[in-house]
Amino acid sequence: MATLNILVAVCLSYVALLFAVAFLAERAALRGRGGWLRSPIVYTLSLSIYCTAWTFYGAVGYAARSGLEYLTIYIGPTLVMIGWWWGLRKMVRIGRTQRITSIADLISSRYGKSNLLAVCVTCVAVIGTTPYIALQLQSVTLSFASFAQSDPQVMQFADSKITALWVAVGLALFTVLFGTRNLDANERHHGVVMAIALEAVVKLFALLAVGVFVVWGVGGGVSQTLARIDASDIGQWQVQGGRWTALIFLSAAAFLTLPRMFQVLVVENEDENHLRTASWAFPTYLMLMSLFVVPIAVMGLELMPEGANPDQFVLTVPLSQGQDGLAMLSFLGGFSSATSMVIVAAIALSTMVSNHVVMPIWLGLTGGGAMISGDVRHVVLLARRLSIAGVLALGYSYYRFSGGGEALAAIGLISFAGVAQFLPALLGGIFWRGATRIGALAGLGVGFSVWVYSLFLPSFGADVFLSTGLMQQGPMGLGWLRPQALFGIAGLDPVVHAVLWSMSLNAGTFILMSLLSFPEPLERLQGAQFVNVFQHSGNPQGWSGGVAQSEDLMVMAQRILGPVEAQSLFQREAEAQGLVGYLPEPTPDFLQTLERELSGSVGAATAHAMVAQIMGRATVSVEDLLAVADETAQMMEYSSQLEVKSTELTRTARQLRAANEKLTQLSVQKDAFLSQISHELRTPMTSIRAFSEILRDADGLSEAELTKYASIIHSEAIRLTRLLDDLLDLSVLENGQVSLNIQRGVLSEVLDHAASATGAESSSLRIIRKRGSEAVQMQTDLDRLSQVFINLIANAQKYCDADRPELTIRVLERDGYLIIDFVDNGTGIPSQAQGLIFEKFSRVSDQKAGGAGLGLAICREIMARLGGAITYLPGQGGAAFRVSLPMKVSLAAQ
Amino acid sequence: MGKRVLVIEDEPNIIEAISFILSRDGWTVDTHSNGHDAVEVVRRKAPDLVILDVMLPGKSGYDILTELRHDPVTQTLPVLMLTARGQIKDRELAERIGASRFMTKPFSNAEVLEVLRELVPQ
Repeated sequence: MATLNILVAVCLSYVALLFAVAFLAERAALRGRGGWLRSPIVYTLSLSIYCTAWTFYGAVGYAARSGLEYLTIYIGPTLVMIGWWWGLRKMVRIGRTQRITSIADLISSRYGKSNLLAVCVTCVAVIGTTPYIALQLQSVTLSFASFAQSDPQVMQFADSKITALWVAVGLALFTVLFGTRNLDANERHHGVVMAIALEAVVKLFALLAVGVFVVWGVGGGVSQTLARIDASDIGQWQVQGGRWTALIFLSAAAFLTLPRMFQVLVVENEDENHLRTASWAFPTYLMLMSLFVVPIAVMGLELMPEGANPDQFVLTVPLSQGQDGLAMLSFLGGFSSATSMVIVAAIALSTMVSNHVVMPIWLGLTGGGAMISGDVRHVVLLARRLSIAGVLALGYSYYRFSGGGEALAAIGLISFAGVAQFLPALLGGIFWRGATRIGALAGLGVGFSVWVYSLFLPSFGADVFLSTGLMQQGPMGLGWLRPQALFGIAGLDPVVHAVLWSMSLNAGTFILMSLLSFPEPLERLQGAQFVNVFQHSGNPQGWSGGVAQSEDLMVMAQRILGPVEAQSLFQREAEAQGLVGYLPEPTPDFLQTLERELSGSVGAATAHAMVAQIMGRATVSVEDLLAVADETAQMMEYSSQLEVKSTELTRTARQLRAANEKLTQLSVQKDAFLSQISHELRTPMTSIRAFSEILRDADGLSEAELTKYASIIHSEAIRLTRLLDDLLDLSVLENGQVSLNIQRGVLSEVLDHAASATGAESSSLRIIRKRGSEAVQMQTDLDRLSQVFINLIANAQKYCDADRPELTIRVLERDGYLIIDFVDNGTGIPSQAQGLIFEKFSRVSDQKAGGAGLGLAICREIMARLGGAITYLPGQGGAAFRVSLPMKVSLAAQ
Repeated sequence: MGKRVLVIEDEPNIIEAISFILSRDGWTVDTHSNGHDAVEVVRRKAPDLVILDVMLPGKSGYDILTELRHDPVTQTLPVLMLTARGQIKDRELAERIGASRFMTKPFSNAEVLEVLRELVPQ
């Protein structure tokens, strides 16, 4: 009998299948063909990570021990989904507008982007979730053991510790691979979500299959099964009101506050409307999951020997009936439940740990904060990967340490009660403007302490952390502090007792301290933003613009978002402000947008801190405070109208100012144009006339003098011709009369030609190229393009003032454009000159007069003819020019 | 020894042409080719006459002339301005700030010599 070997093989192939599904979904999403990935059904199925191995195996055990009480675990979320979907919608809307990455981020962001609060929430979440991960590892090893028992020859294989270790390592690997591909959490994990949706289907199908087998295959049909249920103890309808209420409340709270649920519910949400579908589809899923729990429990109690673990009935009942195939399916169901929970929990926790603990520490240590060198994205990703490994390692250690002996449901409830402590701060934060950071911190602290003392520590059993004496007499004999009978109220169920005290003290402290403390301006802003999320569509403004250096911001953004994303963000924003180029004005709006984009990568608190470092300080304007103070809808509307008008006026004024400035500069240039052209033409003519008169009039010139003066005349005549050629070229280009000579060619060859035409090999300028990226086929006017390249390389030769001048040529393709960047390592072009360098006769410095100042003007005209553009790219360290060309050449000129 | 002339001009070929013509005519020619320290050079060399270009690197010929006219020592020094910018307002500006003579490039060699003799009688 090779059941166990087959089991391992099936298990591995199932994992391979998950990998394949996740990979394909990622790839489809990347290619923009993932429409079906974003269906409400996938969203609903992903919510099913609520049903972990605890639900899959534990519900039957729960039913076998405590009758219908297991239903409470399903009733809570059902009530939330059906009765409170408007509240969920609010959470999802806040999550999307504020680019929230985790529950810790949401709470910290609401209470004035407080990192202290984020760290506290993260710690509680890690402590609360670790036992839960241990529980999943335990359930997988237990199910392996169940198979092993039925297969005595391979007993030695089933070393549970080794199994758990392998499972933990495998899960860490999967999560790192698919959970940390994208940095921006708002870009969502399509692969993971898809794999989880598949697992949701598998676990539902498995449980239904076992149920159908039990009812019709063993129980002899519906009516007989019902009769058996009636005969057993489980069928007794014994509802303990207090315990039921507490458990329903707990499961409803946990549904909202579990980090993994928050991840799928809010962070991974693609579309608010998906909630509509999920509000009926998810309760239906839960109902199906719970449908056969009682029949399986009853049949298990009847069929299995006394003392068999009821948590394993889903597996052992089919096994005892010789249904190996069904047992295998059931095993996969349980395996799916466990793995999907662990994967999402690890992603959620790692995001919190890396954003709120690791990154602030790292930024603090590196000192420079926002302006540090290097690519921050690698650090963030590394932090996230290490956090995932850390979370799983914690879960595994807990499993080893606790010995994995307890009944599954008990750990689950303890965990629920732990994360439920977020509830007052969460609900208070999105419904009550008066809630403050102090209140949230105090409430969370009190609730968490009570939970640890009255439920978490006692759960390890007497004498592990708390001595038997302390449990029975209270600390130092203070009876009213007994962990399971606080304030002398004894006789309650421990869970009910702990939930009652922790939640009421938590909420009470939260409300009291909120009322007593005064919120900081940023808290009030964020509070208004969260509570009135449906009224506001704008964002709170925390920055006073003007002092920030857009270029510094760009340098920072490039390091966090990546150069491509950052550049297109800045370009988009500049365009929205009616400006050309890459540097938008540092208006409050822009800074807010930037901060929100950054927070998608590093969390709200860190993003705020990084922008603050460049901005100098965060200020709240009077207008912002007024907006907060205006309580009535009418005032709100009035002020927002004013705001719109004043924003419009400000923008118009800014555009006019920019236009005026440019016109003034152009008029000065225009005036200078005649002088310039006169100067450029007259200078060579002067030499020609003077020397030709000398040749004509002077006597007794030596042979050498004759030759020298003649050749000066000659070379000045050539200079004159070249200048006229350039002017004509420019004029032809400007009037659009140029005829292009379209040819096919490879980019690298055009660059080679340009490099050799400028004599770059023999000059001191080192050109750094990546030939691999230059193998691009083009169809354009290659000679004209080469003319542009020659100009740029020659400019770098002339103007790059580094000790060891270098020119880096980078090639990339984006949005159908071929982009070629020329970046040197000199001091670059001062920002006030950047707007003028493409104008005729403009020279950045009059010191190094190299040419007539027509080169870049010609380049600009050529690129416009070729359907592309040439722009100055700020924030690159040195002078940087970007040449972009459409990939599919559209013949711009006739 | 002939009279000494200082040519402040940045185009090498033009410097060469002027030097050739003037030295054949008996002048001692010094040259200088940027605007930064031109005033200082004038004071140090104390020439009998200065030929000054307008578009110089560092400092324009107008600024140099203004400074020279503000210094009692060089207030009356003969200065011939040469410029490639031939507009009327350039000439007006030059005369207003005290140029002794103003000529537009390209110039006739003979005319330059004639003007120089007028400014500094031999």
